[in-house]
Amino acid sequence: MKQHANSWHKYKYPYLFIAPAILLLTVFSILPIIIALVISFTDMDLLGLADFSNINGAGFTNYLGLFKDPVFIKSIVNTGIYVIIGVPLVILFSMAAALLLNYGTSWLFNTFRVVYYLPSITNIVAVAVVWGYLYNSRYGLFNYILSWFGVPGQAWLQDPTLAKLSLIMMAVWKAIGLNMIIFLAALQGIPRSYYEAAEIDGATGWKKLRYITIPLLSFATFFVTITTLIGWIQFFEEPLVMTKGGPLNATMSMALFIYNNGFKLSDFGYAASGSFVLFIIIIIATIVQFLVKRKEVEY
Amino acid sequence: MALKRFEKGFMIFLLVAGGLLMMIPFIWMLGSSFKPENEFTIVPPTIIPNHPTFKNYVDLFAKMDFMVYLKNTLIIVLCSFVGLFLNALAGYAFAKFEFPGKNKFFYLILATMMIPGQVTMIPTYLIINKLGLVNTMAGIVLPGLVGAFGIFLFRQFMSTIPTDLMEAARLDGAGELRIFFQLIMPIVKPVFAVQGILTFIGAWNSFLWPLIIANDERLYTLSVGLSLLKGQYASKFGLQMAGAAFMVVPIIIVFSFFQKHIIEGYTISGMK
Repeated sequence: MKQHANSWHKYKYPYLFIAPAILLLTVFSILPIIIALVISFTDMDLLGLADFSNINGAGFTNYLGLFKDPVFIKSIVNTGIYVIIGVPLVILFSMAAALLLNYGTSWLFNTFRVVYYLPSITNIVAVAVVWGYLYNSRYGLFNYILSWFGVPGQAWLQDPTLAKLSLIMMAVWKAIGLNMIIFLAALQGIPRSYYEAAEIDGATGWKKLRYITIPLLSFATFFVTITTLIGWIQFFEEPLVMTKGGPLNATMSMALFIYNNGFKLSDFGYAASGSFVLFIIIIIATIVQFLVKRKEVEY
Repeated sequence: MALKRFEKGFMIFLLVAGGLLMMIPFIWMLGSSFKPENEFTIVPPTIIPNHPTFKNYVDLFAKMDFMVYLKNTLIIVLCSFVGLFLNALAGYAFAKFEFPGKNKFFYLILATMMIPGQVTMIPTYLIINKLGLVNTMAGIVLPGLVGAFGIFLFRQFMSTIPTDLMEAARLDGAGELRIFFQLIMPIVKPVFAVQGILTFIGAWNSFLWPLIIANDERLYTLSVGLSLLKGQYASKFGLQMAGAAFMVVPIIIVFSFFQKHIIEGYTISGMK
C-alpha cells in the first residue's frame, strides 16, 4: 500500500497531465468503437435507446441485410466512382499547384499560395451554398459560361451521372490546398545541388521534373495518396450538404448511408454494421497501398 | 536565355490562371452578397452588382438569428482552446516525464487516429445521450475537445526542450504547473500559434456535431444556421451569399494574417 502511495506521489504530475486527454479519448473514441462492434450485432433502434432491455441480438442479420440492400450496394458503387475519379485528380492538381508555387519566390508566388490554400479552410456549408448557386440551372454562373460556347444549360445536381461529377469537382477544388502544402514542404527539401548537377549534364526543365523532382517526391506522393484515399472512401459532407444523396440515391456514399440509417432512420445497429464494412474497406485499401509502395524503389 | 524567360512567363501565366479559377466561387459569393434580390434574374449575370446594398447582411440578423449563431460559434471556439491546452499538457507529459505505462498510453492515443469518424459517430451519440448531454453545449464540444494529432505534435516539439532547463527550475523550487506555464509554454509558442489557428478554423467551421447534438435553434452554430438558411430561403440567393460570406471572410482574414506560420507549421510537424 505504502509503495503504491509512493509511486502515486512520484508520478502524480504526468498522470494528472495526461488524465483529461486519456479520459476524453477513451470515452469518445475507444469506447465508441467497442459499442459500435457490439450493437452492429443487435437490432438497436429508438426503442433500444430508451430502454436497453428492448435490444435483441441479431447475429449477422445486419451484415447480411446490408448486402441485400440495393441502396447500400449503390453507395459502395458510388463511393468507388468518387475514389477512382477524385483521388487521382487531387494528387495531380495539388502536385501541379505545388510545382508552380515552388517555381519562384516573389510576392506573386506567396500571394497565390494563400489563394490556392483558401478553399481547404472554407466551411463546407458555405461552400455548398456558393457552389449550389454556381450550379443553379437557371441563374448559375456555370450554365451562363456554357452558353457562350452554345452549349445548352446542364442540370448539374439533378442529373444522376452529372451530379456525381459535380460533387467531385467541388471536392477536388476544396482538397487541393492542404495536399499542395505537403508537396510544397517536400519540394523545398530537395537540395538545389541536384538540379545544378543535372543542368551541367544538360538536363532541360522537363527532364529535371521527370528524373529528379517526381522521384524525390515519392514519399510525399505516398503520404498524400494514402490520406486522400482514406478521406475519399469516407466521402460524406459534400453529398450531405449538396444533394442529401439524391437524385434517387445517385450521389449516396457509404458514409452518408451510415449517417442516414443512424440519424434519420434511428436504425443504430444496422448503421453500425455498415460502418464496420466501411472500416474494413479502409483497412484493406491501406494495406494494399503499403504493399504497392514496398515494391517501389526507395530514393 | 530566351527559352528560360519564356518558361518563366508561361509558369506565371499558369499560376495566375489557376489561381483565378480557384477564386471564382469566392468572387461570385462576395459580389452576389451585395446584390439586391431583383438583380439575380438578370442575364448576363453581373459579377459586380449594379446597385450594391447591405440589405442581405442586415437581413441575416433581422430575418435569421445570426447573432445567436455567432455567439454559439464563439463559445465553441473558446472551448476548443481549452482542448488545445489539454493537448499541450498531455503532449508535455509524454515528452518530458517518465512514468509506468507511458508507451501504452501513447499508443492508445495514436490508435484513435486510425478510427474513422463514421464508426464512432453513432456510438458517440448514444454515449452523449446516456450522459444526458443531448441538446447541450457540453455535448457539442466534448467529443472533439482533445485530439491525437494535436497531442502528437506537441509531444514532438516538446521533446526537443532540454530536460536540464526543467531540472534547474525544480531546484529553484518552482512547482510543476508553474514550470509548464512559465517555462514550457513560452518555448512552444510557435506550435501554439500554428495549432491555435488550426483549432480556431476547425471550431469556427464545426458543423456535424452541432447538427447532430443541437435540436434547438438556441444552440445552432453559424454553419448549422447557414444550412437552415439554405433550406428555408432556397430562392433568396442574396441572403445565402451574405450568410456564406459572413462565415468565410473572418477565416480568410485570420488566415491571411497568420498564413506564414501555418505553412511553416507543416514543416515543423515533419510532414515532408
